[in-house]
Amino acid sequence: MSDLSKKERMKIPRQIMPEQDALERSSNFKEVNLGYTEELAKMEALRCLQCPKPVCVEGCPVGVKIDEFIKLVSEGDFLGASAKIKEDNMLPAVCGRVCPQEEQCEAKCVVGKKGESIAIGRLERFVADFERNNVGLRTIEIKNKSGKKVAVVGSGPAGLSCAGDLVQMGHEVTVFEALHELGGVLIYGIPEFRLPKEIVKAEIDSLKNLGVDFKTNSVIGFTDTIDELLKDGFDAVFIAVGAGLPNFMNLPGENLNGVYSSNEFLTRVNLMKAYKFPEYDTPVFNVEGKNVAVFGGGNTAMDAVRTSKRLGAKNAFIIYRRSEAEMPARKEEVHHAKQEGIEFLMLSNPNKFIGDENGWLNGVEITRMELGEPDASGRRRPVAIPNSEYVIDIDMAVIAIGNGSNPIIQQTTPDLGYNKWGNIVVDEETMATSKPGVFAGGDIVTGGATVILAMGAGRKAAKSIDEYLKTI
Amino acid sequence: MFKILKAEFIAPSIKRFEIEAPKIAAKRKAGQFVIVRINETGERIPLTIADSDTIKGTITIIVQGIGKTTKELNNLSTGEFILDLVGPLGKPSHIENFGTAVSIGGGVGTAIAYPTAVALKQAGNHTISIIGGRSKEFVILENEMNEVCDEVFPTTDDGSYGFHGFVTQKLQSLIDSGRKIDFVLAIGPIPMMKAVAETTRPYGIKTVVSLNPVMVDGTGMCGGCRATVDNKTVFVCVDGPEFDAHLVDFETLTRRNIAYREMESESFEIHNCNLDKAIGEL
Repeated sequence: MSDLSKKERMKIPRQIMPEQDALERSSNFKEVNLGYTEELAKMEALRCLQCPKPVCVEGCPVGVKIDEFIKLVSEGDFLGASAKIKEDNMLPAVCGRVCPQEEQCEAKCVVGKKGESIAIGRLERFVADFERNNVGLRTIEIKNKSGKKVAVVGSGPAGLSCAGDLVQMGHEVTVFEALHELGGVLIYGIPEFRLPKEIVKAEIDSLKNLGVDFKTNSVIGFTDTIDELLKDGFDAVFIAVGAGLPNFMNLPGENLNGVYSSNEFLTRVNLMKAYKFPEYDTPVFNVEGKNVAVFGGGNTAMDAVRTSKRLGAKNAFIIYRRSEAEMPARKEEVHHAKQEGIEFLMLSNPNKFIGDENGWLNGVEITRMELGEPDASGRRRPVAIPNSEYVIDIDMAVIAIGNGSNPIIQQTTPDLGYNKWGNIVVDEETMATSKPGVFAGGDIVTGGATVILAMGAGRKAAKSIDEYLKTI
Repeated sequence: MFKILKAEFIAPSIKRFEIEAPKIAAKRKAGQFVIVRINETGERIPLTIADSDTIKGTITIIVQGIGKTTKELNNLSTGEFILDLVGPLGKPSHIENFGTAVSIGGGVGTAIAYPTAVALKQAGNHTISIIGGRSKEFVILENEMNEVCDEVFPTTDDGSYGFHGFVTQKLQSLIDSGRKIDFVLAIGPIPMMKAVAETTRPYGIKTVVSLNPVMVDGTGMCGGCRATVDNKTVFVCVDGPEFDAHLVDFETLTRRNIAYREMESESFEIHNCNLDKAIGEL
């Protein structure tokens, strides 16, 4: 098979990944995508042209050797493929699921210029799952211990990838996490049906196997300040606390009962397992047979609205002020949401939330919008249509319009450089902050972005922390 | 896991815990809180740190069994463990020498007012405390308050002890007696805090309350604890928990605090059923 001609390879259609039936899955929290079988994976891998200059790699924020791992998959050497990916990406089972490949590696794919690009994300996911399911997580023996200690603040994607690299470079790494569980947004934010928590736990366990020390219930700033970490024997600190302060729309009625931030709604359901209430103590508003509106057009909005459907919502709406073309969510997420019966109300802008006499939400007033000239973001600006206001009956609202920067580090470490939004200012090449030995990356630097960008920042920081440690 | 070194009831359904948490004990300041999760299926609830002992490495929390989690907490005894404890969280109380400072505690709120009363005294204030309860057995920490305050006035709603009446009536009588009061801290049930705010408002006495909304993470991440202060939304966990009493929208706070009441009682009934079952099987 492997001596197929280019033409023959191009003839193989993109292999479809099996998924749970839409109707069935919209009432359970099990993973939607089921993953490739070995046969499907090999067939998909054969589609790869093995370009002499693999441009797909340029599209990957962490530079995974995509062509090389796909070749190994086509040869059936799945463990070899896994080892190849792990040279550049410590969390392939996560990235294979949540990376926006269609905008990154797959967007660059040469095969994709004429037809459909190679399903790189699905292959990455297959390879990572194959290793986990068949041989468990392997450990690498670390030689050449440096004797240097690094504190990583936050156990989300940026922190985990930085910790993984640093420990392999021979440094002693301690990761501090504010919550009682490790994983940051991978645990509290992204739902089980898109990223099973078991997979995140397995990836973290592999870091533990490498010797990374994890401390939960540690709110850096309060439990220890950055200065105290440096004084207490850490030679460097990497701050990766995420954005972590939900934005609201400042509309009348936003503090009515029944209005959540996406962070709160998703944290209750994912981290605190409110979908298993009352077996678990944390409640979430009961939406069975009710109307739920989620405001926003990103992946978090899709996660929230699909979660509400799974909790039994009768009608679940995405309400977004621009059109579908401007929605920042991944196409796959929008597609899955539509399959599950989510209704999309585009060009709709909320004016106010309406409550009953007891202060419970029962409606939202919407103005219809139309698209005008492009704005600063390059997207066409939504403009209100006069006298187009109408009210939708809703019982729960989720605001998913992004996050501001969490103030705890700033309040307790005022001598770092911050921009006007409270994000930490770093040298983009080295991720170094204005404070010697202190580095930062992920959403606390960029504002809300993606898992893979945060991981890329973590890896970049690990490299320059390693260099910094050699100088002290 | 955090070990309970000492647990004892100090009033009906009010229990005092000394918990081993040396780091929090060393760092905590008056007005700060911890988030507690008792066990794997537990919820995260905020509890203000009442006291600490840096030598023993313990913090003290005082808990009234009201909801499922607080009642479960109060079933724990000396030697048992709490799964998760994180803190100290929130901004410490703003302390300065105001002159004469009155700390008012209603019921278990006295436990929260106590550390701030200590700090106010240390800052040089003439410190008065008014500590109220439904009846004598609900007046807590009187000895502790006596040790740090210049004057302590216990009050009871039923007149079974101390001043017969509400804490606000005692406060009003102090104001009426012509004493100059420069600062008031009030902590207790929302109606009490609101009543204190209305008592001091006409006199323009600076008044601070500590809010105790529903929280999840306690670090600003979820926004569940948002309250309306001065017509603006604040996150109590990172912007507070203490705020100017004259600017707090107590109606919104009350409403948001009972949002889960029905669900909580459902959860509690199931908890009780299971307890009965467990006891039945013994």
